[in-house]
Amino acid sequence: MTEPTKATQTEVGHEAGGHANFPPFDSSTFPSQLLWLAITFGALYYVMAKIALPKVGAVIENRKARIAKDLNDAAAMQQQADAAAAAHEKTLADARAKALGVAQEARDKLAAESDLKRKALEDELAAKMVVAEGQIAATRAQAMSNVESIATEAAGAIFERILGRPADSHAIAAAVASVKPT
Amino acid sequence: MATSGPAINPIEQFSVSKLVDVHIAGHDFSFTNSSLYMAIAVAIVCILMMIGANGGTGIPGRLQALAEMAYEFVSGMVRSAAGEHGMVFFPLVFCLFMFILICNLVGLIPHAFTVTSHIIITVSMALLVFFTVIIVGIAKNGLHFFKLFVPSGVPIYILPLVVAIEIISFLSRPLSHSVRLFANMLAGHITLNVFGGFCVMLLGAGAVTKAVAVLPFAMTIGLDALELLVAFLQAYVFAMLTCMYLNDALHPGH
Repeated sequence: MTEPTKATQTEVGHEAGGHANFPPFDSSTFPSQLLWLAITFGALYYVMAKIALPKVGAVIENRKARIAKDLNDAAAMQQQADAAAAAHEKTLADARAKALGVAQEARDKLAAESDLKRKALEDELAAKMVVAEGQIAATRAQAMSNVESIATEAAGAIFERILGRPADSHAIAAAVASVKPT
Repeated sequence: MATSGPAINPIEQFSVSKLVDVHIAGHDFSFTNSSLYMAIAVAIVCILMMIGANGGTGIPGRLQALAEMAYEFVSGMVRSAAGEHGMVFFPLVFCLFMFILICNLVGLIPHAFTVTSHIIITVSMALLVFFTVIIVGIAKNGLHFFKLFVPSGVPIYILPLVVAIEIISFLSRPLSHSVRLFANMLAGHITLNVFGGFCVMLLGAGAVTKAVAVLPFAMTIGLDALELLVAFLQAYVFAMLTCMYLNDALHPGH
């Protein structure tokens, strides 16, 4: 059919001849195929074994190591984040407790202050009350002494009117004092 | 060569044609289309894996991911079949797997040559594995390597028979190892060529048969998908068997 086919055929005619029509069994091509297989396969083996495969293996190993490292880093970061979150929670709780304390303190202080003020006020009021009561008592005592003199005078006047003579003022006063309610 | 007519010649695709004449010591070592496709396959594997080797930035691109997938696939295969000690053979198994895989896949491109459809290639690779197993087995285990042929727990009176069977099965390994790949690729490509040829013949024959040409065309599409699977599967099987044979070299005690 083509030129190369004819070439092969004529060559086969020279040499083995037996399987002239079947190229895979054409032994005249064997030396060439063997040589070139040895050359190409040898080159392939050399490049793969000495250069390519160790490097590819290293690339894969590196990636695996890197992924493992990244995962470890991620786990460490996760732990850090957890720790930070816990610290944050703690700070928050502390702050809340502190705020509560401050509020309580302020409330206590205010209560104490207002207690103090109220007490001062009550004392002042009590003092004023005492003064007022003293005044009332003094006024009453005065009033009572006034009543005595009025009663003595009235009794003297009544005595004089009835008996027609001036009364003994001492006796009148003694008599008034004797009926005076204590 | 022209026995089956000009329209379909499913054997023609396997013919080796010279590109550069090389004769050394009376032998024909010419650079042929087969050599060219071997070189192409090797170049593809090298480029792919060098990209994989250089992508050290951490985030893999597509080719990088492909190279690493190939690496991890084969290393997983070697580790599971031959154990951690078997990893010394990892480059060999990797080269065999990738070389066969890329040769098979490139061979599926129309008009491309399929390197693995020649028995001399598959036999060479199978013998490479065979002799690696024997040499490494004897170097590592000494005479204990021959325990491989003497399974433990077999009654003494049938032991000779079992040993004979074990030896025959061991010796026939390179044959089955190589013929499996060779025959699969050969048969697959012949089938593809035949159905593709039907298509061309029916299209050229007349108006009515043109419509019928759809059938072999659909078949060709289906076969192409199948051959893609076979291309991968045969590379995998070859590499997997290599791992198991190498495991024998390392741990001959069954």
